[in-house]
Amino acid sequence: MMIAITVKNIVKTYGTKKETITALDDISFEVNGGELFGIIGPDGAGKTSLFRILTTLLLPKGGTASVDGFDVVKDYKQVRNRVGYMPGRFSLYQDLSVEENLEFFATIFNTSIQENYNLIKEIYVQIEPFKKRRAGKLSGGMKQKLALCCALIHKPSVLFLDEPTTGVDAVSRKEFWDMLQNLKKQGITILVSTPYMDEAALCDRVALIQLGKIMSIDTPQEIVKSFKGQLWAIRSTKMYALLKDLKQYEGTISCNSFGEFHHLLLKDDANEKELLTYLNQQQHTGIELKKTAPVIEDCFMQLMNKN
Amino acid sequence: MIKEIVIKAEGLTKRFGDFIAVNKISFNVEKGEIFGFLGANGAGKTTAMRMLCGLSIPSSGKAAVAGFDVYKQTENIKQNIGYMSQKFSLYEDLTVKENIRFYAGIYGMGRASAKEKMNNLLVQLKMSNEENNLVKSLPLGWKQKLAFSVAILHQPKIVFLDEPTGGVDPVTRREFWNLIYDAAEKGITVFVTTHYMDEAEYCNRVSIMVDGVIEALDTPSNLKKNYKAASMDEVFLQLARGAKRSSD
Repeated sequence: MMIAITVKNIVKTYGTKKETITALDDISFEVNGGELFGIIGPDGAGKTSLFRILTTLLLPKGGTASVDGFDVVKDYKQVRNRVGYMPGRFSLYQDLSVEENLEFFATIFNTSIQENYNLIKEIYVQIEPFKKRRAGKLSGGMKQKLALCCALIHKPSVLFLDEPTTGVDAVSRKEFWDMLQNLKKQGITILVSTPYMDEAALCDRVALIQLGKIMSIDTPQEIVKSFKGQLWAIRSTKMYALLKDLKQYEGTISCNSFGEFHHLLLKDDANEKELLTYLNQQQHTGIELKKTAPVIEDCFMQLMNKN
Repeated sequence: MIKEIVIKAEGLTKRFGDFIAVNKISFNVEKGEIFGFLGANGAGKTTAMRMLCGLSIPSSGKAAVAGFDVYKQTENIKQNIGYMSQKFSLYEDLTVKENIRFYAGIYGMGRASAKEKMNNLLVQLKMSNEENNLVKSLPLGWKQKLAFSVAILHQPKIVFLDEPTGGVDPVTRREFWNLIYDAAEKGITVFVTTHYMDEAEYCNRVSIMVDGVIEALDTPSNLKKNYKAASMDEVFLQLARGAKRSSD
């Protein structure tokens, strides 16, 4: 299989000699052609620095990276012709209309809207009724769709999407991921970053990233499989008191709230019966305890604690 | 026992020209409650919240926050509430100490009481060693905790949290919710917006706004029952999918 993105020992630091912040700490991974690859991590993990290096907007301090076989430092011009980039912050021309923005981006890549229209058609028809409207006057969801069209209009082989769904409600997030699945079918390689752990499940493979380091790279299914230990879901009538008591319990390795249940990981020598006895002593009522399968967020926290 | 009502809205409405951003919303929030205020982008959450914080005068309807009228007593409201958002809360170029002192000053605390509060807070947050460091040098988790503590420094009756956990790592996000629970146990009412649907489960009651209207308001378990949904995510998707508007 063709490799679309190669990242080898990339290091990026900011600041002065006295005070250095390491944004990316020796990062390496590869993305296959046609893959939908997710960079999953919170703010400050280094996601944007990585995207800016791969789109040739920032120079790494160490290491090498290539996109479509072209080095991001030496061959930056070729790289720029091949990538589409949608930055986290809306960065289209607010004073130009929807149509003008799209035309502008097509023109600077020596192409036209017509030439690659089939690529953006599905997304563009949703904003076409507003094509005369200034980009600055669009709603959040429409801005996002326009930005995606502009990033696609020159038919890039690799698409970089930096936190496209941050601050976006659950419905629009779902719609956006549906659009990505459709683009993937057209053979475009997509690198997408997100702080929402649940979106990891929608990627072919993901890298879990925290404080400039990759903690794990694999398919979402394999990452979940590599979770260590049996996870329990537990609830009672007083959830916060339950959380505090479970954290105090000597048999507990970790306990995290997870929607209507807490996710509990017990030590090997702890058992259910003793746990229930303990909780009865603490006067908990309405206890429900059952085995549960971990999700990416459980894995992320387990990896965070390990590092 | 009759619970004390700290937020009371009746037919609260805000129009911008022909556009009805918030359309006759009515609800009560009780003292010490964690009240989740959910809705799609553009549903009218921010506009509603601005009215409740005394920052925007309603077009019609009634509302009282901490017992004060949202038309005439906006200054009293501001003194009795705390506010924090993920986007802005602390001054990055001020030190930890300076930020605390600044907010204490804004809320009119005397010098002596501000100093005592500050020292207690630094000990409580285990940040005494960081007191002279710039806020921008702190890890995100610490910033969050400091921002929340500063928002309730003046012991407000209600604290408004506007997407307080956006982009925060999963561990810090949960630690942040523990702070919310602690505040609620002390009797502070928490009014919170979020895009994380698991966090909707942590609220005592949740309202879901669609196109300017409160479409549903109940405990998470009743909402799931009524909408025959397995999770709050499903409840939200069912309701918000019908939305006609979308904007920020």
